[in-house]
Parts: sequence; C-alpha cells; structure tokens
Amino acid sequence: MIRDPKDLKRYNASERANHWVVGISFILLALSGLAFFHPAFFPLTQLFGGPVWARILHPYVGVLMALAFLVIFLRFKHLNRMTAADREWLAKAKNMVDGNDHDMPEQGKYNGGQKVMFWALATCMLLMTVSGLAIWRAWFGFDITLVRLGAVVHAAAGAVMIALIMVHVYAAIWVKGTIRAMWYGTVTRAWAKQHHRGWYRQMTGK
Amino acid sequence: MALQSLDILRRSATTTPPPGVRKGVEVAKLIDVSACIGCKACQVACSEWNDIRAEVGSCVGVYDNPTDLSAQAWTVMRFAEHEEKDRLEWLIRKDGCMHCADPGCLKSCPSPGAIIQYANGIVDFHQENCIGCGYCVTGCPFNVPRISKEDSKAYKCSLCSDRVAVGQEPACVKTCPTGAIQFGSKEDMKDYAATRIADLQRRGYDQAGLYDPQGVGGTHVMYVLHHADRPELYNGLPANPSISPLVSLWKGFAKPLATLALAGVALGSLFHYVTKGPNEVSKEIEDEIEAEDKEATK
Repeated sequence: MIRDPKDLKRYNASERANHWVVGISFILLALSGLAFFHPAFFPLTQLFGGPVWARILHPYVGVLMALAFLVIFLRFKHLNRMTAADREWLAKAKNMVDGNDHDMPEQGKYNGGQKVMFWALATCMLLMTVSGLAIWRAWFGFDITLVRLGAVVHAAAGAVMIALIMVHVYAAIWVKGTIRAMWYGTVTRAWAKQHHRGWYRQMTGK
Repeated sequence: MALQSLDILRRSATTTPPPGVRKGVEVAKLIDVSACIGCKACQVACSEWNDIRAEVGSCVGVYDNPTDLSAQAWTVMRFAEHEEKDRLEWLIRKDGCMHCADPGCLKSCPSPGAIIQYANGIVDFHQENCIGCGYCVTGCPFNVPRISKEDSKAYKCSLCSDRVAVGQEPACVKTCPTGAIQFGSKEDMKDYAATRIADLQRRGYDQAGLYDPQGVGGTHVMYVLHHADRPELYNGLPANPSISPLVSLWKGFAKPLATLALAGVALGSLFHYVTKGPNEVSKEIEDEIEAEDKEATK
C-alpha cells in the first residue's frame, strides 16, 4: 500500500516478512528465555503451554530465528558499513538523544546508531546460536565445561540482546513515521529528508 | 519424589522463604570405602526400594555394572585397581548424589520446586516440577543427575527421603552386609568416621580421612577413604569440588543484575519519551516538501 505515490519505498515485502519472522521468533525466545533465567519471569512459560513445552520449543524457535536473522544479515550488511560520517554521527549521538537533531551529520539509509545496533545484534545472534547449540541437551551432549560456558554466554548475550531490541523498538516508536516502514514499506519524503538526507537525495535525485 | 513437608530449607527458583518451621537434625550417610566388599547389595536395594530397573547391560571388562549412573540406576559401585607399595588395592566407591550443603543443581534449576533441600540436608528432585532442561547437570560438581531418555526428567539418589521422613535409614544402608554404609545424624557419622579413621591409621593408612568437602559446604553423603589425600584414586572423586565459577556467575549475581538492567532500559525508554517528547518530522521540512510539490505542479 502506498499512501502517497511520492512516498519513498524503504523495504520491500520480502524484507518486511523476513524482519517479522525474526521479530516474532525473538519475542517468543525472549519470553521463554527470561522464564528460564530468573524465577520472576517463570510464569511466562504458561504462554507456551507450560514450562516443559517452553523448554522443548525454545531451541527450535531459536533455530528459526538464527536462520531468518542470517538472511536479513546478508541482505543488509552492505548497507551497514561504518563510515567517517557514521563516526561523526555517533560522536554527536548525545544531542540526538536529547531531542536536538539539527546539527547531526547527513546520513544515508542508516545512521551510525543503527549500524552499531546492526553489528551488535549480529554479534549477539552469533553468540546466542553457538552457545544455544552447546546447551541444547535434547540433541547434543558436549563437555561439561563447554556447557557451563555456553550457559553463561547464552544468558549474558541474551540479556544484552533483549536490551538492544528494547532500544531498537523504542527508537522506532520515538522517531515518528518510522514504524510504517516495517508495516507497509514506505516512508514520507519529509521523514527521509529529516532523518536520512543522504538516502533521500539518492532516492529523489535532489 | 514428592513429599509435603514443613522442613524445607531451600526450594529451586524460589525467591521467598519456603515452609520451614520444622527444623530437623542434619543427617548423613557415611560410606566406609575400606569396609566395602563390592557386593552391590546397595545397588539392588536401591533398585528394589525405589522400584527402578536399569537395563541389563553386558560385561565391559570391569566389575562396574551398570557402567554409569542413569535415570534407573541412582547408585553404582565404581571399581578402581590401584597399586601401592607393591600391593594391589581394590578401591571400590559407591557413587551417587552427595547431597551437598550448597547444591549446584538447586542453584542452577530454573523451575520452582523441582529441587528441594530439606532441613536434614537431603537434596531431593521433584520430577513433577522438572522441565527437563538439564541445568542441574550443568550445576552439579559431581556429575550425578541423569536425564531420562523416556520422560526427559532428571533423576538421582533421593537418600531415600521417603524412608528417612518416617524414621528409617536409606535402603542401601539397611542392606549393606558389612556395615560399610552407615546412617545417622551428621555429627554421629563424623564421630563414627573418626573411630574408623583412627583404626585405619593404626593399620598403616597414614592418610586415611573423612571426605566431607567444604567447597560445597560439606556433604550429607561422606566417605571414609584410606587415601583421603588423593580422592582422585577413587574413580575420579574430585579433591576440591565446588560449584563452577561459571555456574555461580550465571545463576548468581548475573540474574538480578541483568533483570534490573533490562527494567532500567524499559523504564529509561518510557521516561525518555515522557521527558524529551517524540522525534517528529519538523514542520519546516514538511513545508519544504510541500513547496517543492507546488513548484512541480506549476
């Protein structure tokens, strides 16, 4: 759906679907994973048909997320190479957070913060996948020291990843006009011009 | 094995005090390795009382049978041949849960009430609450819990908590023909061990001693060893067992720290929104685009 024919296409349908497979599997993983991490979250296992089902399902959802994430990673990695402009943006990120984005350097499709998010999430995903396989007792039986290390890495990377996704979701809510890019793929020209001027120029030729 | 009780010291994945008005006497099983003849009557008694049958295996060249602990074999005799001063010593250790005062399994368990530690020191698995994650295996410094391949529940020696609760000794103790396995209050067992150790020392085992490792806060299954200075001789009994620092990190301060950090990020985001306001597209840029459109339609 294009609300205004002059809206800019940011994500195609396949990219959006891919994002939501990652998103949904992440939510399922975070809820069930937190339940195993701290007793305060244990009641969340009821969302999965009880704690045993949560334990059975969690790793399979993890495999789904790892695969969907790999696809999205390969799709977007060339757009997330760090540049000098990104480093400049990051140096001024405090202004941005303070709500003053007037003197931020011009950004392409992604700004420095988004790129840091991209690589941080990719690192977490890699750690989660490897450590998750190490502690998946239904299929594997690794050396106990490796399993112990896997448990710590899985919990730590999981907590970091949940925090990163919270920031990711909040940023999308905070920056108005963003979420529609992941619902139906387009953003307004004004949005692009304000937040990603380099990309705006590239798309409009202005 | 579930047993409603008022003497619960610790309950897995539970952050409030469990019912604990009844304080029992700390008990212990004392296994005098020097008096064990390796008859495996304890294995049979365990199998009978708990009504579990390990699969019949085949001889693998040593007397160990079954060769390892399993969901159906909560105790196994481990035979080690050790040569010392030109003499062969047959070191036979009855392996099974040590019932640690600081149990790594309970610390690791994510499921409320799947692992219980009673005031008398017994660490018991309540399989109906077990979710089959295997974290207890990860946490145990003695490699004891086993996950059943049939029901994916964790099993191990219960120190016959059901028998002890009604004033009986564990089945293995009852059946041991040489008195190598004793049961009573932990204090009494230490006293009894001291007499055995004195006897062994008189007979040339200078390093005889009690195995009650303090790295796990002491255990409620203790061994009298002729070579207490080298517990590894007894099929790899760890010299200084303790909960792995990795497990302590994972199920120790990381838990509250990460939980607070996540709550901080969530609340921080909310208050950021409330204090700084949303990041809207500026009116100025919207007007610019509008002007451009007007220009284009002229």
